[in-house]
Amino acid sequence: MPKLRSLLFVMLSVVFMAALLVPGPASAKDFTIGLILVGPYNDKGYSQAQYEGGKYVEAHMPGARMIYLDKVNPADRPGLTVPQVVDDLVEKGADLIIAGSDDMKDGILEAARMHPDKTFVHISGDATWTGAAPANLGNLFSRMEYPQMMAGFTAAMATETGKIGYLGPLINEETRRLVAAAYLGAAHAWTTVRGRDVKDLSFNVKWIGFWFNIPGVTADPTQVAGSFFDTGHDVVISGIDTPEAVAVARQKSSQGAKVFALPYDYEKACEGQGAICLGVPYFNWGPGFLRLATQVRDGSYKPAFEWDAPYWAKINDHDKSPVGFMPGEGMTPEIQAKLDGFVAQMGSGQLDLFTGPLNYQDGSVFLKPGEKATDKQIWYMEQLLEGMTGQSSAR
Amino acid sequence: MKRATSRATSQEKSRTQSQEKTQAWSRFPALTEAGWLGAALLLALGLTVLVTLPSGASPFETIAVLLEGGLGSVTKLGRALAGWVPLTLCAVGLLVTFTARLWNIGVEGQVVMGAIFCTAALRPFDTGGVPEIILAMAAGILGGALWALLAGLLRVFGRVHEIFSGLGLNFVALGVTLWLIFGPWKRPGVASMSGTEPIDVSLWLPRLGPMSVSWAALALALAAIVGVGLLLRRSSWGLKLRAVGENPKAATLFALGPRRRLLQAFMLCGGLAGLAGAIQVLGVYHRLLPSISSSYGYTALLVGMMASFRLGPVPFICFFFAVLTVGSIQLPLQMGLDSSLSGVIQGIMVLSVFIVHGLRLWLRQRREAA
Repeated sequence: MPKLRSLLFVMLSVVFMAALLVPGPASAKDFTIGLILVGPYNDKGYSQAQYEGGKYVEAHMPGARMIYLDKVNPADRPGLTVPQVVDDLVEKGADLIIAGSDDMKDGILEAARMHPDKTFVHISGDATWTGAAPANLGNLFSRMEYPQMMAGFTAAMATETGKIGYLGPLINEETRRLVAAAYLGAAHAWTTVRGRDVKDLSFNVKWIGFWFNIPGVTADPTQVAGSFFDTGHDVVISGIDTPEAVAVARQKSSQGAKVFALPYDYEKACEGQGAICLGVPYFNWGPGFLRLATQVRDGSYKPAFEWDAPYWAKINDHDKSPVGFMPGEGMTPEIQAKLDGFVAQMGSGQLDLFTGPLNYQDGSVFLKPGEKATDKQIWYMEQLLEGMTGQSSAR
Repeated sequence: MKRATSRATSQEKSRTQSQEKTQAWSRFPALTEAGWLGAALLLALGLTVLVTLPSGASPFETIAVLLEGGLGSVTKLGRALAGWVPLTLCAVGLLVTFTARLWNIGVEGQVVMGAIFCTAALRPFDTGGVPEIILAMAAGILGGALWALLAGLLRVFGRVHEIFSGLGLNFVALGVTLWLIFGPWKRPGVASMSGTEPIDVSLWLPRLGPMSVSWAALALALAAIVGVGLLLRRSSWGLKLRAVGENPKAATLFALGPRRRLLQAFMLCGGLAGLAGAIQVLGVYHRLLPSISSSYGYTALLVGMMASFRLGPVPFICFFFAVLTVGSIQLPLQMGLDSSLSGVIQGIMVLSVFIVHGLRLWLRQRREAA
């Protein structure tokens, strides 16, 4: 008997070891993603969305591990540069390094050249387009233009005064195309769905000068949002990282005004904000990061410029859509129904709002009649569009 | 003139004499200092344990990771030194203004202005070498000094306290940076947080071996420590400046030219801060950024207060802060801890030093009263 038992034991261990050695579909190869976040990992905004994307990969890819460093910006971490962070991440075993912010542009190029055996992805950058990128660096971004169109659409459906305010951060190509997209959505709802004249729609952009309030330097977003409401705007769309617009709308609403706001960046930004919150456009990095990680591990990743479109069938699908629009309590069933129709039209390709004739703010032609904008035309928009008020470029 | 200065020194003498009378063991001042510092460290450690307990991390491991992360390898030491240079320049400069009893809180803006002037001086050059780098540094010094002079003029002629004007000028300097980066100096095609177009490699400060610190910057910081030490302790200018700070009215009577001296103190501090800003551009970031100053000015004020505005401890406190800053990034990387914990530990250390210092003063006062 003891002999039999030990034989069984040996056989079992052989089988067990074989199972470990043979690379089956379930067998996990260790893979480490290094994330470089510009803000705090728990900022309920831009950076947290990326952090949660990394967590998603850990949960869905066996053997995957995320290491990250947050608040990588010169104000929070004096003297720390992106190449230094990358050195640390590589030292800790990172195979794929994802840099999350526009301002890491130069640092990540430098780091990618110093570590040619690792793969780098720069979110929101365009180095693969401009040709500045080395062979091991790609770009990834989500088409936030569509959720912004939905935000604009919702705003124009909800407004009674026909005046919409856009609380903008700083003026660059990214913010220009996002605010233009919001306007296109609003103009579509106003004219096609509500049947009003586009001349009666007022879409005002005010830039505070930064992603968040810096007292004494930027315009105070609380005051800007307040002045929007005080001058007859009843919906404010926020493009900044912090929730002042929602707070001001709540305050005005408690004083009896019928006003609405749409925050930005964080899926749950409308939660607990009551009926003033119409909805929030947000990033969902999980699926994109998972695809990158899998491709890099398999060796099939080809660095390129990737600009991921929403998963149209279900825009808030966490496993499929790189962006989303989460309705808030203020979203009425009527507006939601119209919005669903709008999304379906865009998803089927029946409706492309970036279609001419569209003019820039100064009257010059952006798109000729019938012309559909290319990705580069959208990415590198030079001005705001005709019909919008507000500054087009930093002076 | 002689009387005023001799009074200042005789005051100090009588102070030390009374100390010697009351404390027998104060014949070994270094030992006393070490004892008090030890007490501060113990208090800091105790408070750190309290703070780290809820986060579930071992306080000793946290501190070990922090120190190891700042000193663990040559490259990490290099990073710590790269932070030490601008911080020390600012802190040493503040000693000058504090000798004249000036709270030059505008040092932050003076760093920024130094960086702006430095970047401006480099704009005509695509590439360059030593002359261009020296020119850029001189421009940085000039920028910081002029910005400080503004606060000084407001103080001396406008009777605006330098804390208020300094804070205001800090905001203005930051505003000018943002305006330049998003306006006239924006990169072709896009204005972004990443700052201006990077300067050419030929304009970077030369590095010290594999370390990210430049030997030139290190040498300048050391020279600043020695220079300010000599100036404040060994020169008549320093002595007169102290007299002006101790008693401006008497200084006027004795024709010490307090106004001129205050302005000089401002400009000297501003010049050193401006040099720090220039080093940030030439040696660290290689471009102008929105937060180019890395808050070194404000941190330097903290360093100055911790050191009770004595030169001796300044380089060491600066180094300790620099090590903590560099080491802090290991907290999220190695232990999954929020990296702001290092800021908390840094704050606890500062607080402990103040508490112990206050305790010491209180004890002395009680003894003197008795």
